[in-house]
Amino acid sequence: MKFAVLVFPGSNCDHDCYHALKHVVGVETSFVWHKEESLAGFDGVVIPGGFSYGDYLRCGAIARFSPIMKAVETFAREGGSVIGICNGFQILVEAGLLPGALIRNRGLKFICADVSLRVETTGTPYTAEFRKGEVLTMPIAHAEGNYVADPETLEKLKRNDQVVFRYCDAQGNATDAANPNGAMDNIAGIVSERRNVLGMMPHPDRCAEEILGGGDGLRLFRSMVGSLSESRV
Amino acid sequence: MAFDAAVEMTEEIAARHGLSAEEYGRIVGHLGRAPNITELGIFSVMWSEHCSYKSSRVHLKRFPTTGPRVIQGPGENAGAVDIGGGLAAVFKMESHNHPSFIEPYQGAATGVGGILRDVFTMGARPIASLDSLRFGPLTDPRHRTLLEGVVAGISGYGNCIGVPTVGGELFCHPSYAGNILVNVFTLGIAKADRLFRGTASGVGNPVIYVGSRTGRDGIHGATMASAEFDDESDQKRPTVQVGDPFTEKLLLEACLELMSMDMIVGIQDMGAAGLTSSSCEMAGRAGTGIELWLEKVPRREPGMTPYELMLSESQERMLIVAKAGRETEVMEIFEKWDLPVAVVGRVTESGTLRVMDGGRLAAEIPVRALTDEAPVYNRPIARPSEQEERNRLDSSDLPEPAAEPADYGRVLKTLLAVPGIAHKGWVVRQYDHMVRTNTVVRPGSDAAVIRIKGTRKGLALSVDCNSRYCWLDPRMGGALAVAEAARNISCAGGTPLAVTDCLNFGSPERPETMWQFSEAVDGISEACAALGTPVVSGNVSFYNETNGAGIYPTPMIAMVGLLEDIDKRAQQGFRKEGDAIILLGETLGRLGGSEYLAAIHGLERGAPPALDLDLEKRVQAACREAIRAGLVSSAHDASDGGLAVALAESCLSGPDPIGARVDLPNPDGARADEVLFGEAASRIILSVPEGKIAEVEAVARRHEVPIARIGKVGGEKLEISAAGQGLVSEAVAGLDDAWRNALARQLGVSE
Repeated sequence: MKFAVLVFPGSNCDHDCYHALKHVVGVETSFVWHKEESLAGFDGVVIPGGFSYGDYLRCGAIARFSPIMKAVETFAREGGSVIGICNGFQILVEAGLLPGALIRNRGLKFICADVSLRVETTGTPYTAEFRKGEVLTMPIAHAEGNYVADPETLEKLKRNDQVVFRYCDAQGNATDAANPNGAMDNIAGIVSERRNVLGMMPHPDRCAEEILGGGDGLRLFRSMVGSLSESRV
Repeated sequence: MAFDAAVEMTEEIAARHGLSAEEYGRIVGHLGRAPNITELGIFSVMWSEHCSYKSSRVHLKRFPTTGPRVIQGPGENAGAVDIGGGLAAVFKMESHNHPSFIEPYQGAATGVGGILRDVFTMGARPIASLDSLRFGPLTDPRHRTLLEGVVAGISGYGNCIGVPTVGGELFCHPSYAGNILVNVFTLGIAKADRLFRGTASGVGNPVIYVGSRTGRDGIHGATMASAEFDDESDQKRPTVQVGDPFTEKLLLEACLELMSMDMIVGIQDMGAAGLTSSSCEMAGRAGTGIELWLEKVPRREPGMTPYELMLSESQERMLIVAKAGRETEVMEIFEKWDLPVAVVGRVTESGTLRVMDGGRLAAEIPVRALTDEAPVYNRPIARPSEQEERNRLDSSDLPEPAAEPADYGRVLKTLLAVPGIAHKGWVVRQYDHMVRTNTVVRPGSDAAVIRIKGTRKGLALSVDCNSRYCWLDPRMGGALAVAEAARNISCAGGTPLAVTDCLNFGSPERPETMWQFSEAVDGISEACAALGTPVVSGNVSFYNETNGAGIYPTPMIAMVGLLEDIDKRAQQGFRKEGDAIILLGETLGRLGGSEYLAAIHGLERGAPPALDLDLEKRVQAACREAIRAGLVSSAHDASDGGLAVALAESCLSGPDPIGARVDLPNPDGARADEVLFGEAASRIILSVPEGKIAEVEAVARRHEVPIARIGKVGGEKLEISAAGQGLVSEAVAGLDDAWRNALARQLGVSE
């Protein structure tokens, strides 16, 4: 099994994702430069966080035109596992692989902090190790994580069980006070209709080891690797 | 500053460049003729205080700068120490005070950019930053705006480039009302045998320019940083540079990629005084000359003069001396990263800086005249006459014990809300302090701890300076800053290794300021020598003065410490109900120079705490030994605000706020406020599981360190008594609110 961590100019969580997959989970992982045009030989793709193209113009808006994104589209269309974290989520949205948009946090400032997340569905390759309703702790670090979508899209996401994580309080209540960035319906992460493309603002790469204060990110990566192994059998 | 090359040189033009008549005379002497305008500009920046250290150099020589772990001491882009396993920690701190006061966002942002370049220029990947900030009182709306802007600037640049800001400090005081301080520290990791230096050796080697194109921004930034402010300073906005963290990120990755191959001889950041200082300093270190071809320099706009090209401080640029014949390979790497790159000159044996512009000679200056032979001043020194009066603090100055505030709990809450003590959540939430996934102890403890991936090791980082102490006694203040920084490292379980400093003072032309400076250097030197922590890099910022009013002397000390086993570390917050609270060191503090006197009684006087460096060393050694033996649950330095504040901080900064019941010894019947809020050096508060107390006591005995068991962790209140007399009884929730929300409240924002 082999994972690709994409590297755009300005990606800065590429090393973190690589470390988590390769050294913590223990799967083969390679960096893939954004000017590459193929993902042949890879079983999963991670689009890491950071500030691709400096977040100039609009987060993810330039990166979506990088040559590698054509390959990502094909890879996703064929059912391949793609996870976009933070800036990676923004790129997926800009590329049209996930619906909606991510706008400026309602408090207008960058926020770096641990948040509580409620697992809304275990019916994805990324959440198999979790229980539905379970409360996770993961860090966020973004200035544009405020998820918005039109009412029909939002309705469709809910109807199809595509909302994967919601911001919540420590007891699991998705309250407004527990919503760090103003995201609609407290949405922190969504999955594509085919359930193979996940976008999330929180950083599983930052909580994949106990020494960093938690292991919920590791469980997410393990779920992904586990479901890929199963599907290959 | 659009000077015509044919302009006739006068002393008046020299004066407008910040050069004295005497200095102008020396320039004429060096050249054997009058300089042209480009040459004058080059001299003015290279001889500016900022670049030449002309007033500080004679004093800085007194710093201890060597030691078994020192790989690179002062004089390079950054210092480096050996941390074992073939690795070096490379670090430096720099000020960006003047630009940040004029334009807080860009001033602070480019400060971060500059220090990052200093570190990756050495071949090190930056992995953590700290910042140390000083503002005027936050009751002044201008300073609230400045604080917001500076924090946003640091956050905007540091977050984008992906280097975590893992800690720092923040103080507010009226002495900074006209001159804020923005000091930024960055640390990187490199292979110890693969450090790169700023040297232009090898006659004939190509000089390569890489990074952003040169524009007209920041011309004369170094000269601005070498002058006092006045009411016209707002007019200086065009001299502030604008940062582009995305380009810097590309530059960082491209340079590290280049450095992994064997193609370059020397490399230097184009920081203050841009192309001028990078080329002269590299040639100066190598004893060579450099010829530059300005027509090759990538630029943003047409029509730039040699004067402007040589003095521009456009950000995100580097100058590289490559091995002859490898130009194409070097350029290919930068082209991969979409960065402008050009061969702009070559190394010569002439010993001169020769600047050509399209075949026309624009400047020709002996390199030594700009570097080694730049003016050095041993400026007059005078102890301020009011020094004696400042240090006098007798009982008549203090409120009568009977008139002491009856409600010590309220005093405690007031102190917890002072910006220097208050929780910095509002600030650190805006910094990405976790990217690179190495931050093991996050901001909010005495020291941040980062791990070194691929090893068992960690590094502890801290930055400290109590400028009130320094104002009262600069020598003691300097020593106390070093001692506290080292203590913070020890409280995390790290062995203090080395120091970088940022010495912020008023005008060196004032003998009283030079006295403060000289004394502070002596204090820092004594403490660094005693604690075995050499100074490996640093920066001096003079002229922090507006309309004649200088800042409090602020010699910022950043310390780096090593944890051989990162699992053997501690943090400041209490963690376990039932743990015993133990005090290492002297029990009684003093009120002189204390936060309590300043915040509650509006008095800034007395002598700062005494410092017994031998005791300090032993207290820290005992603390580290106890942590490494796994005997303690938490360790916290008791500094600003005394024991009461330190205890409250330990209650509030663990995973969940928790109470404590403490009885402080008071054998000599000292005043209650002195027992609670008096400040002293060499004190550490530990929390220790019941079963380990005897072992901790044995450690303390072995190191001949005073030890007192003063209380127990638990409950929902912090209760403090002195010799049995109850003084404080406050609900933890109330203390938490006073502390955690203080900054947001003072800034008028909600969390």
